[in-house]
Formats: sequence, structure tokens, C-alpha cells
Amino acid sequence: MSAGALPFEPAKATPTRRRKLALPGALIAGLLILAFSLTLAFFPSLFAPFDPLKFDYKAILKPPSLAHPFGTDNFGRDMLSRTIHAYTLDMQIAFFATIVPMLAGTAIGTIVGYYGGLLETLFGRLVDGVITFPFIVLVIAIVAVLGPGLANMYVAIGLVGWVFYARLVAGEMKVQKRLDYADAGRVMGYGDMRIAFRHLLPNAVSPALVYWMTDMALCILLGTSLGYLGLGAQPPAAEWGVLIAGGKNFFTTAWWISIFPGIAIVLTGLGFSLLGNGLAELMKVKR
Amino acid sequence: MDTALGAPPLFAVDEITKTFRSRQSLWDRLRGQPLPIVRALNGVTLEVARGETLGIVGESGCGKSTLARCLVRLYDVDEGRIRFEGGDVSTLKGQARRQFNRRVQMIFQDPFGSLNPRMTVGQILGEALRVHRMRPAAEIALRMQELLDLVRLPPDSLDRRPHAFSGGQRQRIGIARALALEPDCLVADELVSALDVSVQAQVVNLLLDLQSQLDLTILFVAHDLRLVRHISHRVAVMYLGQVVEVAPAEALFSNPRHPYTRSLLQAVPSLDPTQRRAQAAVLGELPSPLAIPSGCAFHPRCPHAIDRCRQERPRLRRGQGSGEAACHLADSLPAWRNEAPA
Amino acid sequence: MSTLLSVSGLTTRLLTPAGLLAAVEDVDFTLDERDSLGLVGESGSGKSVTMRSLLRLLPQRAEVEGSVRWRGRELVGLPENALRALRGREIAMIFQEPMSALNPVLRIGLQIEESLKVHTDLDRAGRRARAVELLALTGIPTPERRLDDFPHQFSGGMRQRAMIAIALAASPALLLADEPTTALDVTIQDQILHLLARLRREMGMAMILVTHDLAVVAESCERVAVMYAGRIVERGTVRQVFAAPRHPYTLGLLRSVPDGDRPRQKLRSIEGTPPGLGNRTRGCAFQPRCGFATAQCATDRPPLADIAPGHAAACWQAGRLTDLSREAA
Repeated sequence: MSAGALPFEPAKATPTRRRKLALPGALIAGLLILAFSLTLAFFPSLFAPFDPLKFDYKAILKPPSLAHPFGTDNFGRDMLSRTIHAYTLDMQIAFFATIVPMLAGTAIGTIVGYYGGLLETLFGRLVDGVITFPFIVLVIAIVAVLGPGLANMYVAIGLVGWVFYARLVAGEMKVQKRLDYADAGRVMGYGDMRIAFRHLLPNAVSPALVYWMTDMALCILLGTSLGYLGLGAQPPAAEWGVLIAGGKNFFTTAWWISIFPGIAIVLTGLGFSLLGNGLAELMKVKR
Repeated sequence: MDTALGAPPLFAVDEITKTFRSRQSLWDRLRGQPLPIVRALNGVTLEVARGETLGIVGESGCGKSTLARCLVRLYDVDEGRIRFEGGDVSTLKGQARRQFNRRVQMIFQDPFGSLNPRMTVGQILGEALRVHRMRPAAEIALRMQELLDLVRLPPDSLDRRPHAFSGGQRQRIGIARALALEPDCLVADELVSALDVSVQAQVVNLLLDLQSQLDLTILFVAHDLRLVRHISHRVAVMYLGQVVEVAPAEALFSNPRHPYTRSLLQAVPSLDPTQRRAQAAVLGELPSPLAIPSGCAFHPRCPHAIDRCRQERPRLRRGQGSGEAACHLADSLPAWRNEAPA
Repeated sequence: MSTLLSVSGLTTRLLTPAGLLAAVEDVDFTLDERDSLGLVGESGSGKSVTMRSLLRLLPQRAEVEGSVRWRGRELVGLPENALRALRGREIAMIFQEPMSALNPVLRIGLQIEESLKVHTDLDRAGRRARAVELLALTGIPTPERRLDDFPHQFSGGMRQRAMIAIALAASPALLLADEPTTALDVTIQDQILHLLARLRREMGMAMILVTHDLAVVAESCERVAVMYAGRIVERGTVRQVFAAPRHPYTLGLLRSVPDGDRPRQKLRSIEGTPPGLGNRTRGCAFQPRCGFATAQCATDRPPLADIAPGHAAACWQAGRLTDLSREAA
């Protein structure tokens, strides 16, 4: 039989309407809040009216006013400036405490999910062990051993945090591995690493990325908790947890010392959460 | 297609078996019940000649897809041997397996699951060409256009992702991906069964064209007898993990010698409303591959079964006609007329 | 025979992300008592939506217009509880996936008895006896024992039989079957089709069978309606339509089924793909894929018109199609 036996028109691709890139509302809101936070974090001096560490004994425990919109603390430091300067440190905590566990956990989860078997069984036991203890208790225990301070806090969060990313990625990898395109990769003669990281991982990583956003928000809370307990950032550094802790003795008389850093925490956490939801929406793949 | 030209067959499958462990409830495990074992392949012997299209048909659970996956080395066989051009490929690993797969490719059933949803057609094809160094970097773009042309996809397909294509077009992408490696042999597992009838015909025609153009050997695995008859030189019929009959397509359909093949042919509904049968072609359910009947696996449903069928498993053997059948009674069955009883 | 069901001008719009779109447009057909009609089409042709519109069993928000008369009574616009009284009692339905239609945690016997409880006046012992009868009727061996099984203990074919048994509980006058054999193997499909034919004969039941497989219709129905892009394009008795199709789409479908006479020949395919819900044209919807199209086909939609008694096609060339296709071949 010959190729021209019947009129054979080339099939046309189904016309797809060029759809406008419709960004999810949550993503836009999250990005706006985060852009605001990052601007303050990188250029605090442009926005802070005072030096955050400078004592002013003429303005101790002043309530919010035009000169000090967020009031002053018991050393006369301007709370607006301190809250703004704390962005630098807290955004650092959000990023540095999570980036290593995110990357390491994703890589480990990819391998565990792809190969399965004994590796998966061992990993399952480890996960069981870790999730028995509340996350914060583990972190506090590790920091207590290593000694207080930011660097040790990063180490402590990293030692525990990767497990959650690895579990998410491994679970999703197992689902993807069963789909035909994974087998297609093997039949195409591609190596395991190429199939696992280039083919499967992009389809398996979105839950981990979404969790990363939530995790950054959680780490700010954790960082502030540790700061509050005196295990994280150390006074006089401007860090929200430290600020709130500094105001705790004056809460009934000078509420503004603790309230405004608290609002900043909530706002930033909200930003990360919105961003996470928006990302989840955006990364839904069309089949 | 005559295989007796002196050249060794492209594929020679010798008595392969493949079992899967089934899930067991905790209760059964506590009671010490043996782990249920699914016998997917139960001693399959088959030869595939270079350049032919071998159709493999059977109902669900007959092991046809497992066989396809064993042939492309997605599964390891438990026992038996698969030879490709005379060399044993049943235990190939690593680089050697990848080299083998360059020559033996597979096209999958599911037009949605078999393509990576995040990769464009250009990335899918380009990766295949680059990883196997099929072309120098400068010629890859040209080769991708050739491949699109070969499977009759529009030239502007390269920048699109799979979701922008219809089911039939996605199967063409899968074919182009396989052809990128310039294989000798294509294993097509239910290539068109997820497609609408009118689109099925387009893809089947494409496959017929490609075979004559590129001198391919094709294993066409499907449950649709009409389609298999249409496309194959030879056809193997499988039942519960065994090949029960293999013969040239014409011979198999004009004079089937295994009772199961006969039931299968009769069960296919006819397009002619005047040809209705009063009775169902075969009674009884498909047995579970967890508990394959003794002797000839078809004996509980077979209208001709005798005592020997319950005890002794029949082997594939030649008889009258040009094919082989695994039936003790193959030569003594009544003559076959595929007509509706009045 | 008296008319059981008469459908005219049936139009169903479904709510999609792109708004309300017509999945079924202007569908007419009638069904006599004991009659059987096969609704054939490819995915997206509207065959299932047509059938589900009759009893308004539609999955999402939908608008149904036109007229559906059941034994002279108008069903479109009937309140939900009045429809519910009809469903299962006078009109029963079976589906492609029995596993999703059967309740996985209830024993088969209980599910049949439940249907009997709703639709009949039998007492407990009577229901039990009738359930055994129904299972036996649908060809399930040792029905007394199988009553206490759960759906997952049944094979695919047995589940379909069990679902048919439930559907038959109230001795309905019409059975709606939505791709009842598509998920089954060919030997089991054959058994189920023969079972349906026997039950229809014995119980005097009418049937509408929705399928994508022309051969299934040829095997099990008296009349056929072929659907394309939401409309009926050809309608007639199976003998008329399969012997001499009068719509190019029917012709194309019949030709793209491998007949097996001439092996390793190219199949006559229909090029292109059916239009989606959103982009249906002014003229004949099949015109872009049609080998016999003229200028008129692009602008005017052909009406479904009678060619012979009981045989209608929606094609401007319907009268000449047999000649035209012979010339082309």
C-alpha cells in the first residue's frame, strides 16, 4: 500500500484560545504583601524615622502619637522604627531557616519516592519517629543542646524540617511514578536520575512549594517564639519575638510595645499563606 | 509473512512466566493464608519475525499487556528467556538495557498519562534526540520537524503542551517520540482503544503507513479483534497468561482452531443486523488469574472439553493449516462456519 | 402498539466554565412499547445527555427545554418529586460502571430488596424470594448464596447483572442503558447483550441503549439514532441505516470499523475531530469533515427529513448519498 492511496489531510491541532494569564487573586494579594515586607526588609532605613537602637530618655513609654506612630518602649526607642527594622531579621529567618530543609527534603523525597522499597520503609520509620514529637519541642531541645542564637536555630529547624518536605515529595512521586509517562521515560532509555528529577519531580513538587510558603510563615512564628523565649535572636536586636517579649511586662500599661510587632507577624504570615494558596492554584497542571 | 528465510526471528520468547504478588488482608495474613499470586504470564512462547506485524489479542487478565511490558523490559520475567536477534535480553541492565530500548520502543494506551504534562512537544522530542545523540545539535530542530511531518502533526506543534491536543493527536506525539530513536520494533499497547472510532481509523492508518515507510516490526496489542485482524500479518490469541493460538491473520480468522478463539470471534457483535445469534457465544465468567483452572485453562468454559483437558495442559503445536493451537482437540473440532445459527 | 415516549425539540444546556452551552439541540424521536432504540455517537455527541435529560438525571446545573411526553404526560417542567416517582418504577436505568452505581458497603441482596421495598408492596419474605428470582433471571448462578455477597466480590459482568436485577425490581416499562457493556470484555459483553434481549422479550420492556459502538446497536436494537455535535443526524430502523446510510457521518463511521474482509488495507477514516461544545457552526456541524459538502452545507443547517418511511437524515445530499459514495469509491 502506498502513502497516497487515500487523500490524507494533516490533522490540525485543536485551536486553543489564547487565554489571558489570569493570576489567582490570592496570589496577587500575597505578592503585594510580600513585596511590601521585602521592601521594608531590604531598605529599613528609608522608611524608619528613627534609629531603632537609639535610646531617648525624654520619650519613655510614650503612647502612639504623630511623632511616634507606634509609640516608644521603656528605653524610649521608637517602636515604628524597631518594627520596620525587625523585618530584615524576620524575613531572613523565614528564608534561611526553610531553604535548606526545602531543598534537601525535596531531593531526598524524590529519591525515596522514586526507588521505594527498603529505602521507603526506613524513611517511613524516621517520619514516624519525628512526627511523634511536636516540631517546636524538638527544635527547642536541639537549640538547648547547641546553645541559643540565630545560627543554631537554623541548624535545629533544618535538622527536623526536611522530613516534612521529603514526606510530601515522596508521596507525590509515588503517584507520578505509576503514570505511563514514567514508564515511557524508562522505555526511552533515560537514566533514573533524569526520569526522577527532570520528568517526575516537576509534577510532584507543587505541594512541597506550597508547603514552603506556609513553612516560612510558621518559621517566622517559631523564630519569634524562640526570640521570645530568649533562644533565638538576642536583644537588643530588633526581632518581633524579642520586641514582644520586651513589652510583656508593660502589657497592661503600654500595650503598643507588643501589639504592633504582633500585627506585623500576622500580616506577613497572611502574605505567605495567600502566596501559597495562589501558587497551588497557578501550578494546577492541565491534563 | 514467511519466517523460514533462514534469518533468526527478531524476537524469540521462550516459556516466560511472570507473577505478581497480590495484596492480602491482615486477617488472611494472621490466619497464615498463603500470599495470593497473580499468574500474569504462564509460559508464553512466541516468535516475531522482522518486518511483520504481530497482533496480540485477548480479554482482560490474559496477560497481553504484561507480555508487552516484558518485551520492552519494563518488567523482569520470572522464568524463561527473551531473545532479541538471537541475544538474551531478559536480564539486561543499565546502559545495555538503554541501548536495547533504543531499538525496541513502546507506545502507550493512555493518551493523557503517557506524556509529561509539563513538557512541550519540542522538549519531549528534543530530549529523545539529544539523550541518544541521534543527531548533532545543529540538526535537531530540522529532525523534530521531520518527525512531526512523519506523524502528520501540524508544524507549529513544538511549542504546545499535551493538553492543547486531542486524544488522537496525543497518540501521534507518543508515536513521534518513539520514532525519534529510529527503532526497529514498536510495541503498541492498546494504542487506539481510548479513542473514538473515527479517530482510531486515522491512527491505525498512520501506523500502517509508517510500517511500510520505515520497515518497522510492530507488536500490536489490543482487545479489539476486528482491529487486530485488520492490521496484523499474524495474530496470537492469549487466554489467562498463555498463547492458545497463533496463526497468519487470514487463517486464524477464516479457520480458527482453538475453541476459545472461536468463542471470541463469535462474541464480537456484527455490523449486520440480520446476522444476530440467538445464544451468547460462550458461557461462564473469565476465571480469576489468582486461581487458574488446571489442565487447559479454558476447559470450564469450553463446549468440547473432555477429561484430558482437565488434567493435561495442551502445548502449542502445528496441525492442519498454517498456525499453531494449544488444544488437544484442535484437529478434531467440527468445521468452522462463522455464521449465525438460523 | 402505542407510543410510550415521545420527545420533540429537546434542547439541553449545561453550565460549563464558558457559560451555558447546548450539549443537545432540537432532538426528536418516539419510542413505542417494547421498542428498542440505539443512540449512537462519539464522545461529546450528546447521546448520554439526551438520555439523562429524559429523567433530568444531569450531573451539573442544566436547562432542559422542549417536550418529553411519557405515556402522554409531559415530563419537562415536572417537579422533582413527581419525576422521582417515575424513576426506577416506570423507567429504570443502568450504567457503564456498575461499581459506582452499586453501594460498596451494602450486600447485593439488600440493595435489590431496597429497590423492591420502594417500588412494590411485597412483604419481607416476598422481597427476599423476589430478589432470588431476579438474580436467577439475570443469570447469576446460585443466587441464594450470592445475595449475601458485597459488590466487590462480584466480577465486572456479575455486577452488571446485579445492577440489571435492581433495575428490573419494579418491572419497568422502559430501561435506559448508558454504555452498559463498554467496560466489559467481549465475551461478557456478548452475554449481557443477549441477557438484555431475553429480558426485553420476556418482560415486554422497551429500551434506549446509549453506546459508541455501532455493532452493539446492530446486535441489540430495532431502531437507531445517530448523533453528532448534539443533534440527531440520522434515524431509522437498524436494517435501513446499516444497509444504506443516508448521512455521510453514519457512512464514515460504518466504514471506519474494520470489516475484516480485506486485511491490511487502510481504514476509511473521517479526518479531523468533532467540534467542541463552544464552537458549533451555523451550517451543518459535520460539514468541515464531510467529503460530500457543498457551499450550501456551510451556511444552511439541513433539517432531519424523511427519506423513506421511518428513515430520516439531516443532510442536503441524503437522497444522492448512495450514488455519490459509490462514485468516490
